[in-house]
Amino acid sequence: MKYVDEFRDGDKARAIAGQIRQEADPARTYNLMEFCGGHTHAIFRYGIPGLLPPNVKLIHGPGCPVCVLPIGRLDMAVELARRPDVILCTYGDMLRVPGSGRVSLMKVRAEGTDVRMLYSPADAITIAQQNPDKQVVFFAIGFETTTPPTALVLEQAKKLNLTNFSVFCNHVLTPAAMHAILNTPEADSGALMLDGFIGPAHVSTVIGSAPYEPFPEQYGKPVVIAGFEPLDVLQAILMLIRQLNEGRCEVENEFTRAVTREGNAKAKALVERVFERRESFEWRGLGAIPHSALCIAPAYAAFDAEKRFGLEQLHGRENKACECPSILRGVKNPRDCSLFGDPCTPDNPLGSCMVSSEGACAAYYSYGRFSDSRIAVEEVNV
Amino acid sequence: MCLAIPVRIEALIDDERALADIGGLRKEINTALVENLKVGDYVILHVGYALNKLDPEEAARTLALFEELGQLQAARDAALEEGELSMEGKA
Repeated sequence: MKYVDEFRDGDKARAIAGQIRQEADPARTYNLMEFCGGHTHAIFRYGIPGLLPPNVKLIHGPGCPVCVLPIGRLDMAVELARRPDVILCTYGDMLRVPGSGRVSLMKVRAEGTDVRMLYSPADAITIAQQNPDKQVVFFAIGFETTTPPTALVLEQAKKLNLTNFSVFCNHVLTPAAMHAILNTPEADSGALMLDGFIGPAHVSTVIGSAPYEPFPEQYGKPVVIAGFEPLDVLQAILMLIRQLNEGRCEVENEFTRAVTREGNAKAKALVERVFERRESFEWRGLGAIPHSALCIAPAYAAFDAEKRFGLEQLHGRENKACECPSILRGVKNPRDCSLFGDPCTPDNPLGSCMVSSEGACAAYYSYGRFSDSRIAVEEVNV
Repeated sequence: MCLAIPVRIEALIDDERALADIGGLRKEINTALVENLKVGDYVILHVGYALNKLDPEEAARTLALFEELGQLQAARDAALEEGELSMEGKA
């Protein structure tokens, strides 16, 4: 596939990794956070940690919407799905996340409720048109990449005067979460080792590179926006190492083939029209973050499931042994969790980070659980 | 969730829809978010919607950079091999 295969070339990957080993200063450590779950997945799938010298460490960030959705919001969706008049539609990953008491939407579906998996949110409109006697609710989650399609669907529903369609909106914002990571108690006490960010790929195609400019300015953390292919990730790591070596601190863009400073103006204007910022929103692991999520604007209030069904905010019960919250803050590794691999696996996930392929635990389990233990043993032997 | 793939526009249906080639499969996609689309353009496709056009010149520039690093690595490999050979010679 064009624009994919040439960014996965093995010889070039070896070359960029060789350059990283040349330029990385053995006297220091480079702690780099990939914000995005898409990067976490690529990093493990292509074995990137094995190509890096031991002093270049990758920290996995919270950029996985399934992972950061608090259990209470999922419990609200479970309540909706259990209403006899409702067809609840959502993306596949969301079905398997365990809510309070380990009740997932998959389990609720097994009770006989109508929960459907979507490829595209446009399909939810079709389902509403085909089922005029039912209330069709689209359980919308996702970062800035996924928000514009939801906005288009809301506009379409309004145009079609659909009276049986609504959206349970859980869209969240990347820059707000990055600010939150740099303001946790761990960050304040110095326990968060973080020298720079690998910035999101597809989120940035929409919002552009400008919204990352505060991070070098306010926190002294460089950001390099990277595509999701393995060569993109390696090149971004090299660019971050160069910035840190040269004492530079700025926003750089490796993914120039799809990201501009301004982003997609049409998509941004649409999102601005259809949504508003929430005062505050709860994130799993990061707690309540001000202005970090979107709700539906008053002009589209008729399509807001929270208003239509009078939903009340639920708080949910976390599994106490699950380390997802600390993993999402970048202060713990999946290996630090006593549930990892036994009993928590992708087939039997106990925490959200094991559900989505973008979750750090799932990526570790699928691609890194053996190689990582080998590395750990070698370190002990040395 | 943010997974998206580059696809080629094969035909424009109207202002908001196009046919795209997705790994050999033709599928209708929504293009309402992208302006000035032409047949032959590549777009990033996410949950059935084109998010942005890909810039072929920028892609070529990035690939040229990788090419340069590839040549550097080849030079390093050659130097290493030469080094090993001369070591063997001394032994």
